[in-house]
Amino acid sequence: MSEGNIVASFVVPVHPHPVLAPDQNPGWKKLREAFDQAAETIRGLDVDLMIIYSTTWPSIIGHQIQSDPNPEWVMVDHDFHDLGSISYSFNIDQDFAHAWDSANKKRGLQSRCVNYKGFPIDVGSVVALTLLNPDNKIPAVIVSSNVYANRSETTVMAKACLDVVKAQGKRAVAITAMSLSNRMFTDFIEPSEDKIHSLKDHEWNQKILEFLSQGRLEDVGQLSRTIQQQIRVQKVVAFKPMWWLSAMNGNRNDLTGDVMAYEAIHGAGGAVIHLDPTPSGAADKEYDEEDVEYFHGERGVLDAVEDATEIDPKVPKEQQENGPELWEPTQTAGSVNTDAAPKPVGAYPHARRVGDMLYLSGVGPRQPGTNSIPGGPIHDENDEPLDYDIRAQTHAVVENVRRVVEEAGGTMDQIVDVTTFLVDMKRDFAGYNEVWAETLGKVGPTRTTLAIDALPTPIAVEMKVIVHLNN
Amino acid sequence: MGKGKIVAGCLAPHPPHLVYAENPPQNEPVAEGGWEQLRWGYDRLRASLQDIEYDAIVVLSPHWQTYIGTHFLGLPHFKGLSVDPVFPNLFRYNYDLNIDVDLAKAIHDEADAAGLGVKMMTNPDFRVDYGTIVTGHMFNPSWDKPLVVISSNRSRQYYSVEVMQDMMIELGKVTRRAIEASGKRVVVIASNSLSHRHFTTESEVPEDMSKEHITSHAMHLWDMRIIDYMVKGETQRILDEMPEFTEQAIAESDGGAFSWLLSTLDVPDYPAILHGYGTIIGTGNAIVEWPCHKYEEAEV
Repeated sequence: MSEGNIVASFVVPVHPHPVLAPDQNPGWKKLREAFDQAAETIRGLDVDLMIIYSTTWPSIIGHQIQSDPNPEWVMVDHDFHDLGSISYSFNIDQDFAHAWDSANKKRGLQSRCVNYKGFPIDVGSVVALTLLNPDNKIPAVIVSSNVYANRSETTVMAKACLDVVKAQGKRAVAITAMSLSNRMFTDFIEPSEDKIHSLKDHEWNQKILEFLSQGRLEDVGQLSRTIQQQIRVQKVVAFKPMWWLSAMNGNRNDLTGDVMAYEAIHGAGGAVIHLDPTPSGAADKEYDEEDVEYFHGERGVLDAVEDATEIDPKVPKEQQENGPELWEPTQTAGSVNTDAAPKPVGAYPHARRVGDMLYLSGVGPRQPGTNSIPGGPIHDENDEPLDYDIRAQTHAVVENVRRVVEEAGGTMDQIVDVTTFLVDMKRDFAGYNEVWAETLGKVGPTRTTLAIDALPTPIAVEMKVIVHLNN
Repeated sequence: MGKGKIVAGCLAPHPPHLVYAENPPQNEPVAEGGWEQLRWGYDRLRASLQDIEYDAIVVLSPHWQTYIGTHFLGLPHFKGLSVDPVFPNLFRYNYDLNIDVDLAKAIHDEADAAGLGVKMMTNPDFRVDYGTIVTGHMFNPSWDKPLVVISSNRSRQYYSVEVMQDMMIELGKVTRRAIEASGKRVVVIASNSLSHRHFTTESEVPEDMSKEHITSHAMHLWDMRIIDYMVKGETQRILDEMPEFTEQAIAESDGGAFSWLLSTLDVPDYPAILHGYGTIIGTGNAIVEWPCHKYEEAEV
């Protein structure tokens, strides 16, 4: 099986006009023709999966993934019901949906599949699948847009999707169903009167289109919050589909972009855009936000009922009462410490620099601030064993290592030697080794892996890291 | 024909959890109960109105969201399956309801004459939003009264709470005028919760009440403040504080239903009856009745 990848990406508008009323307005007609052209392009790419992130499917409990293999219904838009109805019968890749759901959970996300007769598939997904996959030959998968999700959650969700694309060897197309500026006219207008709602919206749309035509997808992602503030009705917290699509493309800025159409739909900016992964030779990213691998969000709301008045809110009660005492990192010559790493369990710094060499104290997966353990602790306060996820713990260790190294001004590719301690070699080596290969294995440090009896906190993995900063 | 009359106004929230917990035959998922405080509140509301004669229920639900004007269901009958897009595991309900199209058209026409953007919805394939269905079921499970269903115009998102409220106060005034002109006795309902910050996780057993609580103390304080105003008959203060309440409590009043209701009731200065309060997946919900029939005995 060949390695899976994203062979093309598309941005498409969400409103039903290109399906139901293309002949009522020349702009809607152009959008319809661009949809048809995009469908032809997709057919020519011999893909076996269409992945849709739809901004008109909001969710609250994490992200939802459609897993009904053949959802059928008649969709009527809440605003544009007078344009008519769209009957649909889609072909959903149920296996991929379930695998994506599992991959989301492995990366710390809330996620679930939905497979219910009559589930109301949203207008953006219905329009995209109706026009881009008219004969339903290509299996599809649809994911919701969580109303509370921000960049890290959205990015990690895309990476979980890529995990499955690669594992299943899919040739996939990534599609965001979205408007650019989403401000519609609040009055009823004749089709012939349609135009972008304001000059300001139009000018911002032009900037987005300029970037995307140059393949600068990550730059648009980096501008997401600004775009949201400038030209978006504040229905959701951010212009998040660009985060998802950029992560689906490796956060690249050198794609080959083609704006196939840009027109108004009742004032909103609708565009059909093709992003080809072929490098365009354009400039690379000029700046980065954090490249998140694992979601460490604040989602444990249901358990937040303990009286927090008597304890340090930064440290969970059971950890305070049952775990070792937490210390402030020591400050001596050459010490490197950061609030972005978990507090030590003794009198030592996070790292110490000697010349060009940086020596890290043992790094585990505990999270700064909350002290929580991604993947779960290995035992409870009574030392009763618990099930835990070694992959999640290892990802968190690597992330903590990165935070300390970057605090020292270094980069991950400067790591030269790692000693890893596992408390259960037989159970955990394979999972740990898998994450190693995906992360530090690509950097190439020497490595020694040891089995030990226990670590001071209920974790399964810890790393001792040496960095050559000018390497 | 005598003058029409509003016999009661209600704040009647629509979390699908309540229907799920009731296990009515129309809903497919099965629960082991849950959210009893609110379901008992609905019991008390129904009992309070059981001897009151009325002809129709006018409901405004935040889950029929329209960005271009305010819309009204405009066909006499709707039947279908409502699946909650957020909690499909809890709510898959077969509905069968009647619309008082004459009254809907009368409110539509009054609103149009007042300069509001309005439209009748006459597509027979249209699926009625789950907010209307949940409130409709909890308020009147026999579905033996026709409804007028009004969409939620999202002017809050486009402009501000103040603009939204101005529009909803105007919509409330024309709703009242149309009801008076119709000669009918009507119950008006705002289908919305109070504070509206959800949990973003769900218990393994959704009806596990050991997991249910308000999301934060600040939300609780806002809910109690608003309830206090309602039961003291100080509803003008609710309208005055609506921008702060809506923004700080992330309140579902952003959909306009609450402002519309208070305006339709002519900003009542008599005490409302609090039938119940409880949280649902962290959001604050109150079931409240303004017994207009007691305080407006003279025909309006």
